[in-house]
Amino acid sequence: MTPQLQVENLGTWFYTRHGIVKAVDGVDFHVAAGETLAIVGESGCGKSMTALSLMRLIPDPPGRIVSGAVKLGGRDLLKISEEEMRKVRGNEISMIFQEPMTSLNPVMTIGKQIAEALILHRDMNRQQALKRAVEMLDLVRIPEPAQRAREYPHQLSGGMRQRAMIAMALACNPKVLVADEPTTALDVTIQAQILDLIVELQREFKAAVILITHDLGVVAETAHRVIVMYAGRKVEEAAVGPLFAKPLHPYTAGLMKSIPRLELMRGEERRQTERLQEIPGIVPPLFALPAGCAFAPRCPKADDLCRRERPTYEEKQSGHWAACWHTDG
Amino acid sequence: MGAYLVRRLLLMAVTLVGMSILIFALLRMVPGNIADILMDASGNDDPKEKARIVHDLGLDRPVTEQYWQWIDGLAHGDLGYAFVSERPAIEEIAPRIPISGKLAGLAIVFAILLGVPLGVVSAVRQNTGLDYGLRVLSLSGLSFPSFWLGLLVLMASVQWFGTIPIYDADAHGFFAQVKMLALPAIVVGFRSSALIMRLTRSSMLEVLRQDYVRTARSKGASNASVNYDHALRNALLPVITVIGIEAAFLVGGLIVTETVFNIPGVARFLVEAIRWRDYPIVQNLTMLIAVVVVTMNFLVDMAYMVLDPRIKFG
Amino acid sequence: MTVIDHNAALARAGANVTGWWSRTLFFARRYPLGAVGAVIVAAFVFTAVFADVIAPVDPTATNAKYSLAPPSSMFWLGADFMGRDMYSRIIHGARVSLAVGAGAMGLGCVLGIAIGLASGYLSGWVDLALQRLMDIMQALPLLVLAIIMAASLGPSLRNTIFAIAIPLVPSVARVVRSSTLSLRELPFVEAARAVGMGELRIAVRHVLPNTLAPLIVLATAQLGSAILVEASLSFLGLGVPEPHPSWGRMLSESAAEYVRTAPWLVIWPGVAISLTVFGTNLLGDALRDLLDPRQRS
Repeated sequence: MTPQLQVENLGTWFYTRHGIVKAVDGVDFHVAAGETLAIVGESGCGKSMTALSLMRLIPDPPGRIVSGAVKLGGRDLLKISEEEMRKVRGNEISMIFQEPMTSLNPVMTIGKQIAEALILHRDMNRQQALKRAVEMLDLVRIPEPAQRAREYPHQLSGGMRQRAMIAMALACNPKVLVADEPTTALDVTIQAQILDLIVELQREFKAAVILITHDLGVVAETAHRVIVMYAGRKVEEAAVGPLFAKPLHPYTAGLMKSIPRLELMRGEERRQTERLQEIPGIVPPLFALPAGCAFAPRCPKADDLCRRERPTYEEKQSGHWAACWHTDG
Repeated sequence: MGAYLVRRLLLMAVTLVGMSILIFALLRMVPGNIADILMDASGNDDPKEKARIVHDLGLDRPVTEQYWQWIDGLAHGDLGYAFVSERPAIEEIAPRIPISGKLAGLAIVFAILLGVPLGVVSAVRQNTGLDYGLRVLSLSGLSFPSFWLGLLVLMASVQWFGTIPIYDADAHGFFAQVKMLALPAIVVGFRSSALIMRLTRSSMLEVLRQDYVRTARSKGASNASVNYDHALRNALLPVITVIGIEAAFLVGGLIVTETVFNIPGVARFLVEAIRWRDYPIVQNLTMLIAVVVVTMNFLVDMAYMVLDPRIKFG
Repeated sequence: MTVIDHNAALARAGANVTGWWSRTLFFARRYPLGAVGAVIVAAFVFTAVFADVIAPVDPTATNAKYSLAPPSSMFWLGADFMGRDMYSRIIHGARVSLAVGAGAMGLGCVLGIAIGLASGYLSGWVDLALQRLMDIMQALPLLVLAIIMAASLGPSLRNTIFAIAIPLVPSVARVVRSSTLSLRELPFVEAARAVGMGELRIAVRHVLPNTLAPLIVLATAQLGSAILVEASLSFLGLGVPEPHPSWGRMLSESAAEYVRTAPWLVIWPGVAISLTVFGTNLLGDALRDLLDPRQRS
């Protein structure tokens, strides 16, 4: 499989009064058509900033993409002009956001908001675009799509709104879909439906999906491959099977302990998992990272080496990478 | 909706009744009444004469009775008689209302035409030289006393035309009147335009930070489309509030501007009446202003309901 | 990709800013307009305090010989109808403006804080009654209420302060009330209550300091309004009486007539008012950006 999207050495820094914050610090990954890559980590680990960097939607100032390449269809998205980038957004690469309530324009009807992308990228006139918007709403299984297209976001339930967001993101049949915590703001019962919908539509549209989440349960259900991020860097990467079978990085292991195993395997009727509280401590402020391994202060296995030197990121087993000095023990 | 309206209208009524009591009480606190001022002016200090005037005007009756008489009259559409001119107060006030009304209307139109576009430009070009320039301009609008601005306009007019603009009560036709009132309207409206501009700017900046603006960008919308299709419509909602309230609060600017430009409107009349302790005029004019303010507030709320799809039946 | 100057980007974000002096410098660089405002306000206060030293002559000394004398080496800004030195009058006018502006703002804030705390804290019928009272006061434009108050109290410096302070009360009361309402239920207030602190003590020690930021922003804006309203009142002849040299009254004395004959009498008092209010507004804007994160642009 040739990768649809190839990201190399991506670096996104924020310039704050406390100093430089390396929100994304030299991250590489790739994702193929029809594949789902999950990027996992606690809040503040840089996963959302990675997503926004792909779209070139980092607020500047204070943020800047300082290095790297984002290759899509033979082009480096970081090199093209802003005007060309606009033709890419919503067309070749599109995004679903966490909060369907605040991410939809409150004074614009659902139909118009979906039609907007079509008018911009598909040369449709208003009527054609609105008609297609209704079809998209039908596709994401919203009942009475013609009626819903005329309604405003506040008139829809949370789940409906997220379906509408998905319809909006897929309207132009993008090559890459970035879903940033698409189910976090939703009720547990709705979460599974939305995930099923994303998986199903991915098959239909053959899109490459980058799923950003803090919830390993979601990962187990939907992803093919997983990247675990901590403090702006990758700490582990593997296919879903091997990762869940034997996590190599203590951070990943810690994340996993925070979900009940049994329910994870069944994948259904999962209770809302708590926000990964079983790892002691918090993500350190990114402007004050320790010299060695960023996870060392919270790590049960940490020793002097960890605190002194940053572990190299290497392939520990075939297709299974990690950055830790103690993967053997 | 119905319950909300009833509650809202009741509150308005309470406010207006309270206002009538407040104004009435304040005016009865005033040191000296019209009799003193009339006697002063005529150089006559015969206490009998003064007592006669006080009695004729009913000022010797108990305050509660005077208050009741006023309210009872208001309820029957009778505003009483002006002390100074001894004509029915309504005849004194009514012809002056359209003059101030036109001036205020023109001022607010000017303020909107100037304030909204400049506010948007200022926000979109945030922290550029243009933004700084416009912010200084809008702050100066809030800093210059409008009577001074009026005097400067008069001075410029003397300099360039050798004369000052004179209010002509016989000007008829739309354009003749607009032409006559344009300068004072700009002077009055400058402050409002500055307020509208600042609010439009901050409201725009607030909206531009919202998630749905990011969503629009993620769809590939251009800057122009993001600014005008997505942001402006949301940003204008709070601006409407300020326009509505400013339209009513324009009276403050009218008072001094009508004085500077010698325009015989209600605002200047209020100050004259206060100087003469002409209670019926002051009371009724103040109530009129309060009614306008309260009504504008009400209309703004109603406009919100119509324009914001989220707000329904409060 | 463009080359990025990390140090410049960091400096703009305000990294490595410590100490009183570098903080001040950072504020000046980050909010240049605010710094200009601070300088103007400082100059205004300085002028008001040291008016006696700065002004070359007595602002009330009349001399018929120099009636309406144009600006000269003797009268820098000309002389008025009574031959009084305009420059000295404007210097002393700062004192009147500061006295009325700061006095009205201070009194308005004290009353507003008391009403706002009572309203947000006692709630129930006290809140309801106070809210209706605020509604009534806000149903008239600031200047209209100030005019009526000024007329009913009679002309004097003290009464002018009072007449302007009262109309300023409702907006302060509303700000304090709403932050009090949101603060009362916060854990640290609950904690204070749990250790047996009295309600009044909680209100003053815990709730009030937390409403300070929006209050400072509002107070700065009100200082500007108060100075403007004083000027308007005096212009209309309802403000500070003689012999106090008030900028607003200087304009009413000269007003329309002197527009033709003695423009210096019209220009300078207006410049003084505008510059002062402009300074407070600039400072107020910068303070708002600094203190009120929600409004930060």
